[in-house]
Amino acid sequence: MAYHSFLLEPISCHAWNKDRSQIALCPNNHEVHIYQKDGTKWTRIHELKEHNGQVTGIDWAPDSNRIVTCGADRNAYVWTMKDGAWKPTLVILRINRAARCVKWSPKENKFAVGSGSRLISICYFEQENDWWVCKHIKKPIRSTILSLDWHPNNVLLAAGSCDFKCRMFSAYIKEVEEKPGPTPWGSKMPFGEVLFESGTSGAADQTGGGGGWVHSVCFSQSGNRLAWTSHDSTVSLAEGGKTRTVNSLSSETLPLLCVTFITENSLVAAGHDCYPVLFVYDGAKGSLTFGGKLDVPKQASQKGISARERFQNLDRRASETQSTDKNLSTLHKNSISQISVLNGGKNNCTRFCTTGMDGGMCLWDVKTLESAMKDLKIV
Amino acid sequence: MSKSTVSARFRRVDVDEYDENKFVDEEDGAENQMGPDEAEVDSLIRQGNLNEALHAVLKNPPINTKNQNMKDRAEGLVLKVLSAFKSSDIEKGVQSLDRNGVDLLMKYIYKGFERPSENSSAVLLQWHEKALAVGGVGSIVRVLTARKTV
Repeated sequence: MAYHSFLLEPISCHAWNKDRSQIALCPNNHEVHIYQKDGTKWTRIHELKEHNGQVTGIDWAPDSNRIVTCGADRNAYVWTMKDGAWKPTLVILRINRAARCVKWSPKENKFAVGSGSRLISICYFEQENDWWVCKHIKKPIRSTILSLDWHPNNVLLAAGSCDFKCRMFSAYIKEVEEKPGPTPWGSKMPFGEVLFESGTSGAADQTGGGGGWVHSVCFSQSGNRLAWTSHDSTVSLAEGGKTRTVNSLSSETLPLLCVTFITENSLVAAGHDCYPVLFVYDGAKGSLTFGGKLDVPKQASQKGISARERFQNLDRRASETQSTDKNLSTLHKNSISQISVLNGGKNNCTRFCTTGMDGGMCLWDVKTLESAMKDLKIV
Repeated sequence: MSKSTVSARFRRVDVDEYDENKFVDEEDGAENQMGPDEAEVDSLIRQGNLNEALHAVLKNPPINTKNQNMKDRAEGLVLKVLSAFKSSDIEKGVQSLDRNGVDLLMKYIYKGFERPSENSSAVLLQWHEKALAVGGVGSIVRVLTARKTV
């Protein structure tokens, strides 16, 4: 587990290039910095300065080597590498609130931007005008879109929103692609069609309530499963097919902010508790269970406290009880806001990376975790 | 030239009501939720079967109704059951509940904190400690984020 502290401020968002030698991140300001791996050190090689507001989302297309960034200034830029420097191209999103998240589609011929304007902009390149144009998905979104993820078929898009729902839309653009074949989520996919919406399919929960903001959504590698985390400390998984099953797990921790699949049955999520956790889904039983904490803190050395220290402690706190450890024993010292898969893809991940509000980035090795934690089984 | 600034009546207009994009919660059909059965709970308390009384009072929570009276009655009933427990039995009572039950109990506990009466806070705090041990911080987060509550 390698932890590297980039800054003292939160890392707003990050993205890796194809061979994982460079990372682009936003150091909580209007810029994007690109760092190159240099042995064990990271050196800053590029600074992308074009946005007028905080950069809220970065995505790096692995094959075409283009970076798309979106910001609070209601703009998105597509950056291409020319003669050793990154050149921006403005994309007009036609939104009147900040952009919140951006994702390239799997074929990299379009990207989706979620914003506070209660809509999703699907942008594609128009050859005749040499210009990026966008189409909007508006209905039935009623609040800010917080997160997006594409289905491997390049057409379906999952969106998590502040109106407490996770939805799946069709983002089929006839100008750039062929009609998609049927999927377990549906076969008719005109642009803007809602194929799935969480929370509406019956299942009257005893506790009622609409849940919380949906912070993060993720498709599995095959696209047959969709997982999302919500602000009411729950993680849910929906499986496509004739019987749409949705399974939720209410966790005992603080809300989780990001989630990803690492195999078809296992999820890793992280959030305000500053450590990643594993969840396991059993397709046959249809149950989602807690798999374990993935951060093994170094055992605080149990050295004997000297008599003098004991008196000092008593004096300071005026109580008999052992004081709770004020320092966090996890690697990250503040909330983890983003998680990304580095090697192995979403069905056989071997390494993943987390960045957080403490300005640090941590690389996690799945094999090491499996051996370090007995009882941890990644199916 | 200058507008009349004497009348401040415009300040009483609730502009949010006129916002066409105002978020309105979905109306969940209030499945006739009557709240917990008073007679059943009372008889169980008198019999001394407190765990059963706890389960009974957590049935049919008046979550979807707008009837404030029903909610108050339910809260009063829950408080009666919680106060009837001996301190040493609270932990067992909480352990006998499932995940949803613990969340619901937390909701009632916080509702009880809102309007403290003689001694209610002490009892509620004891229950809060035990419920927190089982439900974790997550159950409190769910109390805070619930759109419809008891």
